[in-house]
Amino acid sequence: MEKKLRETIKEITFNHLKKHKSQVFGQNLTAVGWVAGTLPKLYEKDGVIELPMADVAGGGIVTGAALTGKRPIYIIRYQGYNWFNCIFIINYACKSKELWKISAPMFIRGISSEGSIGPVAGSSHISMFYKMPGIKIFSPMTSKEYKKVYYEFMQNNDVFYVSEHRKSYEYSIEFKNIIKKKLDIILMPISITRFAAEKAILHLNKLGVKVGIIHLINLKPLKLKKNWIEAIKTSKYGVLMTDNDYNDGILRTIAHKINEKTDKKIHVMGLEQKTAGHHSKVDNLPPNASKIIKKVLQITK
Amino acid sequence: MNIKKFQIQTLKKASLCRHFENEVFKRTQNKTIKFPVYLSAGQEYVSASIAQIIQNHRIKPLLFGQHRGHSIYLSFGGNVKKLVDELLGKKTGCSYGMGGSLSIHSKEIKMFGHDGFMGSNACIGAGACFSSKKPTIVFIGDAAVEEDYVLASLSWVAKKDLPILFVVEDNNLAILTKKTDRRDWNILDVAKSFKIKSFETKDNPKEILKTLSKNIFKGPQLINIHTNRLYWHSGAGKDGDKVFDRLKNEIKILGRTGQLIDDKIKKSVEKLWKKNSEKL
Repeated sequence: MEKKLRETIKEITFNHLKKHKSQVFGQNLTAVGWVAGTLPKLYEKDGVIELPMADVAGGGIVTGAALTGKRPIYIIRYQGYNWFNCIFIINYACKSKELWKISAPMFIRGISSEGSIGPVAGSSHISMFYKMPGIKIFSPMTSKEYKKVYYEFMQNNDVFYVSEHRKSYEYSIEFKNIIKKKLDIILMPISITRFAAEKAILHLNKLGVKVGIIHLINLKPLKLKKNWIEAIKTSKYGVLMTDNDYNDGILRTIAHKINEKTDKKIHVMGLEQKTAGHHSKVDNLPPNASKIIKKVLQITK
Repeated sequence: MNIKKFQIQTLKKASLCRHFENEVFKRTQNKTIKFPVYLSAGQEYVSASIAQIIQNHRIKPLLFGQHRGHSIYLSFGGNVKKLVDELLGKKTGCSYGMGGSLSIHSKEIKMFGHDGFMGSNACIGAGACFSSKKPTIVFIGDAAVEEDYVLASLSWVAKKDLPILFVVEDNNLAILTKKTDRRDWNILDVAKSFKIKSFETKDNPKEILKTLSKNIFKGPQLINIHTNRLYWHSGAGKDGDKVFDRLKNEIKILGRTGQLIDDKIKKSVEKLWKKNSEKL
């Protein structure tokens, strides 16, 4: 049986610290929960470094560590904190290779989550990183995907932003794309919406809608494979992309890139354009299976 | 090293910085250099003195400067021609023609470039020092220490007891806004509250030597050095003519020897700039 993603991340981190003598930086690492069980129970002597509760400085400290070739892992507890943490990563670590021919490779684990967590901590916030040069962005949701991203990081000298989702840690499943010609529509989900999209397909197939799926993991640089482009071009209604960020984030940017390559309509479905409250009545959640089904039926009717 | 020899060696560095900056000043005025420049003239005795002290200790620290960093680069032995090339936008420049005046970088002297955010070098220098455990110097201004992330960095280097020296080049100005208009606290008190060994002095080389000669890099230290900026915050102009000039004062103290050193360096810097500018 495949390991849960949580165990895979923990194992990768353990090897990264022991084999590569690296460091993991973050806040509240060794306190409650060990980052939802994704961090081995190690301490500063092993390379697990508690940062001060000063998020802007934290991003700078890790940038400095990366400049010395430590290849640090940097854990951002909630992607909402990207707003603070991104400043020196984007403006120094990501630019140093181009400006001064000195790399600052780091593996950023940005953890997204939602559901009763309020206006800041919830959802994905990777758009601010996405537009900038010098960064690679991934959103692995399974063990195999995560290992692949980590392996690529160890072969690279770039800044990697790995957009995780707290709910995915519990799963041990792997996903497969469904790519055929002449489908009605193709789903291209990102992050946690990939689980909902898989559920939606089962129901839509029963309704006779021919649905394909392309799981988006490598977000930047975006690699559109030939068979993806062919499948999208021959589809009847194009693509529906889903994400746990607002539509005007990376969704529309990626949609536009796909549209340029395929000349097909790319629909997007992310968070509603409203602020999330804490109570379930006023929350702002990513599209679930029912919402995806409804949207597909609207498009294909 | 005796005091006289220290003063002479420091003068050589400071004189190089001053005449280099004067050449940049001219070329900014005649528009050979068209991007913003941050001249360190007037403040050169800060980096020159510290570089000489470090040299005496035979230490090669990691260096993190910010804008107004030409003198740091030159004082710590950065290749002069490469800085000329950098300011002329050539690929042979120390930052490959990408850094301009603000983002001076040099692998040879372990000087890390600056991104443009005031005080970012405090956090980045702290992180580099922590991971490498190498002696590190962060040069920062009296305005940059007001950045919240600088204060957080000071707190963290104290907690981790890192071999790092923060040098505050205190010219009393944030562009033209004086410290008294910006804050009612003193960085020395703040650093001391973090349990960082902290000192305050003028940019007099003998005073800096006396302050820093013991226990350097045994733990985190901060030195606030009062100095004077001769030229504008950015560009080639003067805010006034009544500014105390440390270099002139030191030449006067060293008499004919000082004057001869300064004259010789002036000529060589002018020649270097002329030779490289002609190739444009």
